[in-house]
Amino acid sequence: MSEKVLMKGNEAMAESAIRAGCRFFFGYPITPQTELAAYMSKQMPKCGGTYLQAESEIAAINMVYGASAAGARVMTSSSSPGISLKGEGISYMAGCDLPGVIVNVQRGGPGLGGIQPSQSDYWQATRATGHGDFQIMVYAPSTVQEMADYAYLAFDKADEYRIPVMILADGMLGQMMEPVLMPEPKTELPEKPWATTGHHNKRKHNIVDSLYLTPDALEGLNRERFERYETIKANEQRAELFMCDDAEIVLVAFGASARIARSAVVAAREKGIKAGLIRPITLWPFPTNAFESVMDTARDFLVVEMNMGQMVDDVRLVSEGRVPVEFFGRTGGIIPTPAEVLKRIEAAHEKVGE
Amino acid sequence: MSAEEKVVFERPHALLPVITNYCPGCPHGIVHRLVAETIDELGIEGETVGVAPVGCAVTSVDFFGCDMIEAAHGRAPAVATAVKRVHPQNVVFAYQGDGDLASIGMAETVHAATRGENITIIFINNAIYGMTGGQMAPTSLPHQITQTSPYGRDTETAGYPIRVSELLSSLDGVAYLERVTVDSPKNVRKAKKAIKRAFQNQIDGVGYSLIEVVSTCPTNWGLSPQDSFDWMRENMLPYYPLGVYKDVVADGYANAAEAAAARNADCPVAHPEKAGA
Amino acid sequence: MARIIVDDYFCKGCGLCVDACPVQILELDMATITEKGYHPACCVDQSKCTGCMSCALMCPDCAIKVMR
Repeated sequence: MSEKVLMKGNEAMAESAIRAGCRFFFGYPITPQTELAAYMSKQMPKCGGTYLQAESEIAAINMVYGASAAGARVMTSSSSPGISLKGEGISYMAGCDLPGVIVNVQRGGPGLGGIQPSQSDYWQATRATGHGDFQIMVYAPSTVQEMADYAYLAFDKADEYRIPVMILADGMLGQMMEPVLMPEPKTELPEKPWATTGHHNKRKHNIVDSLYLTPDALEGLNRERFERYETIKANEQRAELFMCDDAEIVLVAFGASARIARSAVVAAREKGIKAGLIRPITLWPFPTNAFESVMDTARDFLVVEMNMGQMVDDVRLVSEGRVPVEFFGRTGGIIPTPAEVLKRIEAAHEKVGE
Repeated sequence: MSAEEKVVFERPHALLPVITNYCPGCPHGIVHRLVAETIDELGIEGETVGVAPVGCAVTSVDFFGCDMIEAAHGRAPAVATAVKRVHPQNVVFAYQGDGDLASIGMAETVHAATRGENITIIFINNAIYGMTGGQMAPTSLPHQITQTSPYGRDTETAGYPIRVSELLSSLDGVAYLERVTVDSPKNVRKAKKAIKRAFQNQIDGVGYSLIEVVSTCPTNWGLSPQDSFDWMRENMLPYYPLGVYKDVVADGYANAAEAAAARNADCPVAHPEKAGA
Repeated sequence: MARIIVDDYFCKGCGLCVDACPVQILELDMATITEKGYHPACCVDQSKCTGCMSCALMCPDCAIKVMR
């Protein structure tokens, strides 16, 4: 019987990945994801797994590509600048329909940016992790427990849909400690008949490849992949609705900023303002269904992010002009305070009137 | 046809009966065959996983009968590393050209070598980027004319070619390096022997082996296959001399690790087993 | 007696086998054009073939089978 243990978010993701059957980790040092790699370097040898510190983020993601092609559950982690370097490999994984889990413990950008928490890779994660027509699944945990839960689930979803899955965390979630209940270690993993494990003279050779020189073949494959994306959109949306039943001012926030937004919603309710919070847990697929469920009562969406306004685009797309969309964000590694968010709620409340 | 007639030479099983996309006279086909013959002779087709490069040999995933992976440009050593780590009992080889291995993938090349990954690398050096139409490669010779060195490779601005075998020979992780060519039946036989050694080393756990094949690109050099070999012999071989650049077994060691330990014997931290002795 | 068979399906007419043959019995058959548009190699005097395999060793397309 498992018990709750106090863990850092980065370590919780690592331990949970091991419990999900991940035995291969390839990474490269970068702040603020360091604890994850350090945990893996300590634990992998104890469970017969492989921790390998690659020569670069590029090499690390291509090792993920290779291990995934060979049929293994595999993970890499990094922070924003490192994820940019991994873009190449993620695109190739998408092009080969290879599963794999990529953790981004975000820090401020652009460029070298800072080492403080940020959410400024939302666009990168949901729009453009690499070149070409593709999506990856993106989970945005908001607690250390969720970091464990979604790191665990990510491996199943990656294998189920043969898609790279990202855990989009940030420096605050990665570094903070909370009690967490670890999932049970997996004993059975799915078969992968497509993997390049050596054909042992029992089947035709398997090929893992993303090169299609015939336009029709490439288009066909892209269309097939996007049909799979539609299935994911239909089945895999996740969001938490907090005090949304009668909410007029609906905050939208994910990850660390959702923790702040939640406090602000509670404070607003105490002041008699009908505020609520939609917390997207899957950033792709974006949880559009959750938004539809509040459209009848919502009079204003207030999107709170630790960036200059990225997820707000998706909220505007889902709102389609039906409900006004406001944005409040802090950047550079600054975490917004509940008080400043509350002020924005009050302003929105005043604007929409009684 | 006499009753005793025997087939003494035919297509190896591990080379699928498909027409390659390579130009007439391209040595890729010869080297592919040598790799496939090796796989047949060692009886390892079912256990072998090949990693193809970006470049002309990108389509080799369709030519070899073993399981194949197509890597991103230059990343084959990283991909091969992971495949070997996941299935250490598999035989894993990467097949790469000079642009792939020595330019965009140089970091992956050097680090897979220095980690002593127990893999086999087949490296085709023809001093040019073939697939993209003949641009200057990291191995293009000084004053060699290519599409992107139209006045000849200017060493003042473009520097000098990289001698990969010499460069890698300094690394402790490397077990076996040999530079060969395939311009004559005799040299083809020698190349075969080297390639087979490089695979056998992996099976025996000797360690990282790389065979550099000095090759040609008739199409982009603008020469016939025969004249290409002449140009190669005249210009490339003096710059890239054939021979063995590292062989830990010939040096009397069981594997790369043993050779490395002997080389760094005077470094105390590298030898915890000697502490307190 | 040794002999070779050139498979026109694979032969690209590069002529490397022609140069490699020590008894000079290989030629490109200028009267034939293969499906891919090449003049394939052919043996003009099988009786002189020693089965040395030089042609096959140099063939980049595995188009030559050698029998002895």
